[in-house]
Amino acid sequence: MSSSVRITKSAPRPNWVSTRNPCKACAPLGATLVMRGIAGALPFLHGSQGCATYMRRYLISHFREPMDIATSGFSEASTVFGGGANLHQGLDNVTSQYHPALIGIATTCLTETIGEDVHGLLHEYQAKSKSDEHPVLVHVSTPSYNGTHVDGFNDAVREVVEQLAERGATPSAYVTNFVNLFPGMVSTADLRFLKEVAADFAMPITLFPDYSESLDGPSMDKYKKIPDGGTTIEAIRATASAKASIEFGRTLRTKRTAASFLQEKFEVPAKRIGMPIGIHESDVFFAAMEKITGLKTPEKYKQERGRLVDAYVDGHKYLFGKRALVFGDEDLVVGLASFLAETGVVPVLCASGGKSGALGRSIAEVTTHVRENIVVREGVDFMTMAEEVELKDLKPDFIIGSSKGAKLARELGVPLIRVGFPIHDRIGGQRVLHLGYSGAQQLFDLVVNTLLELKQDSNSIGYSYL
Amino acid sequence: MADILRERERQVYRKGQAQPFQLDCEKQSAAGSVSQRACVFCGSRVVLYPIADALHIVHGPIGCASYTWDIRGALSSGPELHRLSFSTDMQEMDVVRGGEKKLYAALCELIDAHQPKAAFVYATCIVGVIGDDVAAVCKRVSLEKGIPVLPVHSEGFKGTKKDGYIAAGDALMQLIGTGPIEDISPKSINILGDFNLAGETWMIRDYYARMGVQVVSCITGDGRIDDIRRAHGAALNVVQCSGSMTHLAKQLKEKYGTPFMRVSYFGVEDMSRSLYDVARHFNDREMLQRTQVMVREELERIMPKLAEYKKILEGKRAAIYVGGAFKAFSLVSALRHLGMTTVMVGSQTGNKDDYEQLRELCDEGTIIADDSNPLELSSFLEEKDVDVFIGGVKERPIAYKLGIGFCDHNHERKEALAGYEGMLNFAREVHSSVMSPVWRLTPRKRGSALEVVK
Repeated sequence: MSSSVRITKSAPRPNWVSTRNPCKACAPLGATLVMRGIAGALPFLHGSQGCATYMRRYLISHFREPMDIATSGFSEASTVFGGGANLHQGLDNVTSQYHPALIGIATTCLTETIGEDVHGLLHEYQAKSKSDEHPVLVHVSTPSYNGTHVDGFNDAVREVVEQLAERGATPSAYVTNFVNLFPGMVSTADLRFLKEVAADFAMPITLFPDYSESLDGPSMDKYKKIPDGGTTIEAIRATASAKASIEFGRTLRTKRTAASFLQEKFEVPAKRIGMPIGIHESDVFFAAMEKITGLKTPEKYKQERGRLVDAYVDGHKYLFGKRALVFGDEDLVVGLASFLAETGVVPVLCASGGKSGALGRSIAEVTTHVRENIVVREGVDFMTMAEEVELKDLKPDFIIGSSKGAKLARELGVPLIRVGFPIHDRIGGQRVLHLGYSGAQQLFDLVVNTLLELKQDSNSIGYSYL
Repeated sequence: MADILRERERQVYRKGQAQPFQLDCEKQSAAGSVSQRACVFCGSRVVLYPIADALHIVHGPIGCASYTWDIRGALSSGPELHRLSFSTDMQEMDVVRGGEKKLYAALCELIDAHQPKAAFVYATCIVGVIGDDVAAVCKRVSLEKGIPVLPVHSEGFKGTKKDGYIAAGDALMQLIGTGPIEDISPKSINILGDFNLAGETWMIRDYYARMGVQVVSCITGDGRIDDIRRAHGAALNVVQCSGSMTHLAKQLKEKYGTPFMRVSYFGVEDMSRSLYDVARHFNDREMLQRTQVMVREELERIMPKLAEYKKILEGKRAAIYVGGAFKAFSLVSALRHLGMTTVMVGSQTGNKDDYEQLRELCDEGTIIADDSNPLELSSFLEEKDVDVFIGGVKERPIAYKLGIGFCDHNHERKEALAGYEGMLNFAREVHSSVMSPVWRLTPRKRGSALEVVK
């Protein structure tokens, strides 16, 4: 499947059955994040109490914001007799306490295994509910034994669009000339960046999901039951009438997605591009924006790009031939590999807990100019990465990925540059900007300065001028 | 006033209100209430986690292992196997065909690779549903590998966190009684329910050593399998974190006749009382004298510093929401020691006696809540104009969003808060949060930042 001989897909190794220090979380977590990105919505997990609590803790520790996730709270009886009653009671209670505009229900491994018919249960609920103002209900199937948090995220985006999009629904704020943008699982800073780009192009967009405010909001004097921000239900309904959809994620090529659904059902042209990380992938994004809008990229971004190229030149000697271990969500890894490769860093190992089947090909596409060998591993954990490093003598100079790589970095004695999700051991993880020229500028400075600091600290001279 | 679900009205009480005290507790959380509780698996996992030379493998899909990988501050003085995350990472086909083969293979390879002293196998929700015979797999691997391989029946939906404590206790009971006890002193204890967060077990062990008490095992802080196997040889079980450990203590009493006592290592009064209680139990004058000397030394060291904090913190208002109610008692006392008032207190898993005791301990007007949720907690914080909220990671953003100080007193913390040194750390932490100048800028206290400039 690999399009390049330089890419090593796998190697002889002990065939571990167990997962050891996982490089992934489970699918429902991604779905709850999507639901948090809908205006007035509350995420709801159909399953055991623990799932909601664990995911809340995991998300809270990254975003450092309240993250309420309701749950049907399965008991032994609901497992035997079905969780319909719990689901209905849960929806009633959530509605009376939170007054949500929408409840986004995701399943768990438990409810999937016992074969809950959530669609039917919700249908029943809506039929018997007499209230006029009951919330919109959407649901997504996210069994934790399939895929990762990223799959749960992408499936939730698709399901919400499939269940809400309708022809003729037009958002009041704008008429017909707008674009859907499905960014995938990016940071709150990334989401704000994308909204800024759209505003600068004077092109209305429906960005979905949008948790830039709901998971990175201001200090409050009164607790908001449901935080402000998020894509409106009206805007999601209207995605069927968009001029086009842009979707980030080269590895989504094997998947049915929101954009592909809108193209099939409503003839909304879908443009799938890589996550715009680094100059090349950002160029692709701005080219797509130009094509769809018929407008030129605003001067501001040309300036940013120019400064970024200038910075690449200033720093190139510090990076050339340096070796990076890149891990994380697949499309983030592809974007980072693209960015690193264009600065002269060799992404010697590109690894993910995800298993799209498209990671190798995607990496190959964005690293065509790299002469060195790149090892790509899908569906791996951190211990496998460590073994891969040793087995192939990869000698990375640094690691780039989430805070879950901290242990690996310590073992290898190299710095970890924290990007993506989750970042549980630093503040500001949600505000890391990855996208666009400005994101690449921040990443570039971070990478170069990490290596300069290493150089400064790892000798006895203590240069004060580098 | 809080917007309380009808099902939960009897789980919130205000001291001084007209009706007689009756707080519902030990109930399944109301569906749709965003409970701060976790599940059976969580209860088992937190109790057994600090055993550092055992292999801990989660049998199920990946989430449960991911969310519990190295999240606690439970330290080890030696091996650190507990800080790794192992899972069978069940996939769809495993669910269809059953996960026993995968579990067997995973256990064998991990035991070969890591040479643990024992292995704990945590059964998660779907394992219970698809009917894997985890116990049979454990038995087989145990025979083949020559170490105890213990099933922990912690299917998430089969009760509450408390049932997880019981499942963990059952696994421990299989270990206890299998080690030699000949050399154990008649003045010996097991420390139950301290988890060595930020090295707290080491501090407590040091106190007991200075008293002349032998610690046979700590269950489970800085825990070791071989020590736990000898636990039946101790003369007394000293139980902190009673919610998680009382069941085990009772079982030990029943099976081995070992008496137990409840203690708390949080706060000056509770810490001292605990040590004296242990000394009195052994009815040893010299030990009692040594304890008095030690307590005096420790108090002399910290009291002047505590007094300084008290001057500043006098009259500040605190809210407490923790897992077990027993810790809440100690926190109310510790805060009082700092001149502070507890205006709201609650727990995830308290029982009737716990809440009765809390009611006696608290001032008029204090809100007492069982199994609360973010909406209630945020409304309590607003209503009572709280200065510092004490809880765990899930409570933190509720306080911070409202511009209220917060002190982490849960398993994830990296500060030692037990013992005398811990009381000083606690005071320091409360002080640093209550007195931070950042609150001057938050809207709750001062209006918007722009108004501050005006």
